Amino acid sequence: MDVEQYGEEAGTKNMITSSNMNPGVYAKRKRANKIGLTLSLSAMTLGMVFLLWILGVLFFKGFSALDISLFTQSTPGPGSEGGGLANAIVGSLMMVGFCTLISTPIGVLAGTYLSEYGDRSRIASITRFVTDIMLSAPSIVIGLFVYAFYVAQVRHFSGWAGTLALALIAIPVVVRTTENMLRLVPGSLREAAYALGTPKWKVAFKVTLVAAKSGVITGILLALARISGETAPLLFTALNNQFFSTNMNAPIANLPVVIFQFAMSPYDNWVDLAWGGALLITLTVLTLNIIARVVFREKVQG
Amino acid sequence: MIESIQSHSAPTPQALRIAKLQRVQDFLFHRITQFFALSVLIALLGIMISLLFNAWPALSSFGPGFFFTKEWDIVNDEFGGLIAIYGTVVTSVIALVIAVPLSFGIAVFLTELCPGPLRRPLGTAIELLAAVPSIIYGMFGLFIFAPLFAEYIQPALAATLGQVPGLGILFTGAFNGIGILCAGLILAMMILPFIASVMRDVFDIVPPILKESAYGIGCTTWEVVKRVVLPYTKTGVIGGIMLGLGRALGETMAVTFVIGNSHKLSASLFAPGSSIASTLANEFGEAEAGNHMSSLFALGLALFLITFIVLACAKWMLSNMEKKQGLKT
Repeated sequence: MDVEQYGEEAGTKNMITSSNMNPGVYAKRKRANKIGLTLSLSAMTLGMVFLLWILGVLFFKGFSALDISLFTQSTPGPGSEGGGLANAIVGSLMMVGFCTLISTPIGVLAGTYLSEYGDRSRIASITRFVTDIMLSAPSIVIGLFVYAFYVAQVRHFSGWAGTLALALIAIPVVVRTTENMLRLVPGSLREAAYALGTPKWKVAFKVTLVAAKSGVITGILLALARISGETAPLLFTALNNQFFSTNMNAPIANLPVVIFQFAMSPYDNWVDLAWGGALLITLTVLTLNIIARVVFREKVQG
Repeated sequence: MIESIQSHSAPTPQALRIAKLQRVQDFLFHRITQFFALSVLIALLGIMISLLFNAWPALSSFGPGFFFTKEWDIVNDEFGGLIAIYGTVVTSVIALVIAVPLSFGIAVFLTELCPGPLRRPLGTAIELLAAVPSIIYGMFGLFIFAPLFAEYIQPALAATLGQVPGLGILFTGAFNGIGILCAGLILAMMILPFIASVMRDVFDIVPPILKESAYGIGCTTWEVVKRVVLPYTKTGVIGGIMLGLGRALGETMAVTFVIGNSHKLSASLFAPGSSIASTLANEFGEAEAGNHMSSLFALGLALFLITFIVLACAKWMLSNMEKKQGLKT
């Protein structure tokens, strides 16, 4: 009761002193606040408008191009009617699939090293730094590298070269997420295992990696999402193939490059196919991202 | 009693064997994981060496002047990187000038203004915008944005900013839609969500007690952002901007669609141009081995070195920010 009364008194006192303050300055501060916050709100609105605009256009144009022949027929030649993206879809799936098979073990093991041995080692901290830079390195330069390193040596473009370029982009993503997720595993869990005499490799494989399983899966899904839409590194590694082919040792059709070539072309049916492909890629990427988030959230709650 | 403990703790040959095996396995585990971690490092070194090796013929025959020459003449075998470097830098600067204030606004909104239940979905929406593949931005720019840009925005810019003495030259020329300015705008849309989400993350690091104290002495929200949040997160904010710059410099698809791909140097931002990445994307596939291909490698090397430096600065600043967070908790 006393406290409340005191509070009230202080309140009235405060009111009195505040009536003495300079109203001009107060109004100015309030105005600055209002302007700043309005600008902030409009920036957010603009961001949302961009998002809805891009997705709206993509869905509108993409769904009108989407039909069953998109999945059953191969890309049409110049000037011919109809056609689909079957060869490009299969090519993309193959390259992304092989890339996942390559980058998952490498990325997970490298991430394990960084989290289990990486605290005192100088090499580990340099590797971490380099991995972070590779995360945002220009993907076209990775294409150049694979061209010089592989394509120029074997003298032909191939699906394997594309897979290699994609793996170079995916590995840093897997490494960094794996390391971060392993670091979330409580130290007491590791110590309990060590106390039983478990060797380090068993602790890593049977305790920490198992505990961080969904986090590691999140990383792999994010890497998949990242490489599904990558175009630049495939331009001069996997190249393109107008025909249906599952030969990874030859140029292979893939969605991003087909979209690039068809969107720049003068043929209306090619441009429509490009929109259809763009919709497929975006839906894949967004779905993978959302699944990754759901998997991760379940882990954090559980 | 003592004897029995001793006999119990004396390792049997079998236990010794297991211990030895495990030590070997641990050693292998250490080395194998280390090898894969190092492979990332080796890949980076490999990229640098192979680019330098392939760029060497051009660099040695054109000299350091390669980066300051505007000639790009495939027929006469004369190459210089100035136009592509100029295009890369100008489009990235335009993108930053537009995207930085907008993403700052978005980050402020998400951390200070947004009602609680909306915070998460809106933040996720911004992150999803960052996940959209860049080729989609390119197609959007070419088919939707460029025509609107040519019809409405370019005439408006020419009529207003184009009349300002000195600045006017930047806004002259035909209203084509595609060109350096359009590429800059599309890049801005693309890096906006990257910068915004980094800024939001660093704004979240500010200890609530600092903000609450400021509110407690009667600061307005804007004053809290300007005087408390921004000074506290300065390095992180700059790191986020550098990260966006790194993305903008190396972006290929979003730029290639809308920059116009012309090897001419023009003062006007409306004119078509080319960037390093767009030149590589357009010409590398058809380049003849020799000076042309080697010059393209030299451009790639320049791009890689520039982005490497920018990203290294960004990383360094952001890791300082993380240390600050570490001290807090």
